[in-house]
Amino acid sequence: MNAQPLIDGLVAGSMIGLGAIGITLTYSILKFSNFAHGEFISWGAYAALAVSSALTMLYAPLAAPLGPFSFGWSLVIAAVASAILTGLLTLLVDALLFGRLRRRGSAAIVLVMASFGAALTLRALLEFLATSKPAYFTSSLQIAMKLGLGARATPDQLLLLGVAAVTVVGVHLMLTRTAIGRSMRAVSENPDLAGIAGVDVRAVVRVVWLMGGALASLAGVMAGLVIQIRPQMGLDLLLPLFAAAILGGIGSVPGAMLAGLIVGLAEAATVMFIGAEWRAAVSFFILVAVLLLRPQGLFGRLA
Amino acid sequence: MSAPTLTTARLVAGYEPTLPIVNGIDLSVAPGDFVTIMGPNGAGKSTFVKAIAGTVPIHSGRVLLGDFDLTRTDLHQRVRHGIAFVPQTENVFAKMSIADNLELAAQVLAPSLRRPRVDAMYAMFPDLASRPRMPAGRLSGGQRQMLAIARALVVEPSVLILDEPSAGLSPKMVADVFATLTRINAQGVSILLVEQNVRAALAVARTAVVLVEGRIRHHGPAAELRDSPRLYELFLGTRGEAAA
Repeated sequence: MNAQPLIDGLVAGSMIGLGAIGITLTYSILKFSNFAHGEFISWGAYAALAVSSALTMLYAPLAAPLGPFSFGWSLVIAAVASAILTGLLTLLVDALLFGRLRRRGSAAIVLVMASFGAALTLRALLEFLATSKPAYFTSSLQIAMKLGLGARATPDQLLLLGVAAVTVVGVHLMLTRTAIGRSMRAVSENPDLAGIAGVDVRAVVRVVWLMGGALASLAGVMAGLVIQIRPQMGLDLLLPLFAAAILGGIGSVPGAMLAGLIVGLAEAATVMFIGAEWRAAVSFFILVAVLLLRPQGLFGRLA
Repeated sequence: MSAPTLTTARLVAGYEPTLPIVNGIDLSVAPGDFVTIMGPNGAGKSTFVKAIAGTVPIHSGRVLLGDFDLTRTDLHQRVRHGIAFVPQTENVFAKMSIADNLELAAQVLAPSLRRPRVDAMYAMFPDLASRPRMPAGRLSGGQRQMLAIARALVVEPSVLILDEPSAGLSPKMVADVFATLTRINAQGVSILLVEQNVRAALAVARTAVVLVEGRIRHHGPAAELRDSPRLYELFLGTRGEAAA
């Protein structure tokens, strides 16, 4: 038996899971499906590319590959900078658009429609700034390592699996063990009571946007590293991301990651057993099946 | 512990700017007083206390705690100034554990005070101490009300405001809730209580206020109204009484 589809599925699933954590977090606290999240992923990747390129221009040795990986310190620094920049971008979009609608008491569907508008604007702007030509963080080639059972993976792909695992544990611990996490859960459940209990709800919303932006940027950097960077990359990921966030149960961080892996593995199995042209249909099928059979998802609770 | 006086001055409040429900209420809650607000349905009792707590917009007038003007203070800041509020419904975080409910409220305190205050609440409400990891949503109505009161008390407020804490409780639990409020009041915390259960409220309160159509119709010692037929006249408006 060839285990390669398993590795391919886990790699794709980790990427989907990383993005879905951001979606589930923002959905559970801000109470709307943010379809602009995919664009934050693209913007995160391009922000990292810009910072990394600038650093390499300033000091070329920063691009020297770190150990077995294809990238150097320039991308590590750029990923951190991109997390901050993408977080700030989400705050800007919130200040210009979503925050205004929230203050007017707009219905969730209005915010969802606004997020479509924000997504179109952000994507068009990115295509204008970066062109639609694919870009790469690094031009160095990586040799895939043998993992047994006929499966191979590059060090970058294995890094993605590690980053996804560390992120899901980190975000879960943050939500369950820290004061800001407790405040976020309180705002998610009952914003009025949270305010009465002394939680600054607006500050929590800002933290959620910053975290959502940082997580989107991380997903973008990892997707850019193992595939390529394109202005459409976030849009292409959007349906799998929502399928994973809903399958995992809205608000559940481990659920989003596990569901991301399920979606990724289902895609890989579809490519192997049915045909590559059906790959994109898998997320849609999972989304419809979950909504019909278990709308609360794997780890969610019915409202 | 001596609480500052809570004062409302010509308070006008309501959900819609053009539809005030509270129509110019002047009221003082003296340090350590136990005030119950009564009145027929739609009198504006809940709206009045919500305006003080910060969850209903104030159109005009002022809310003061001592000399501090709370009128434009953000909702989350009011608890830091000593106003603690227990809403009638959805007054605990049902998906969060008992411990998380109390620790969340303690977050407004200095870090060194948090653990002692949460422990003080466990000592005051032993029922909660025996199962701190239980989700609040699995508590009975009475236990939930006790958690809501404990959540409000964590911050050692000057004034505790409660909106119909006896609603939906069994007579035994109502008695427990009112006994708890009496204990809290005895420790020097001023209490402002909206209550439909008039007899139970008058039995524990020192001061009674009757609201009708968003205005004070009566303000005086609670003892005066206990077992008095005047109470029903005040509620039904068969005798025009001026605000005290």
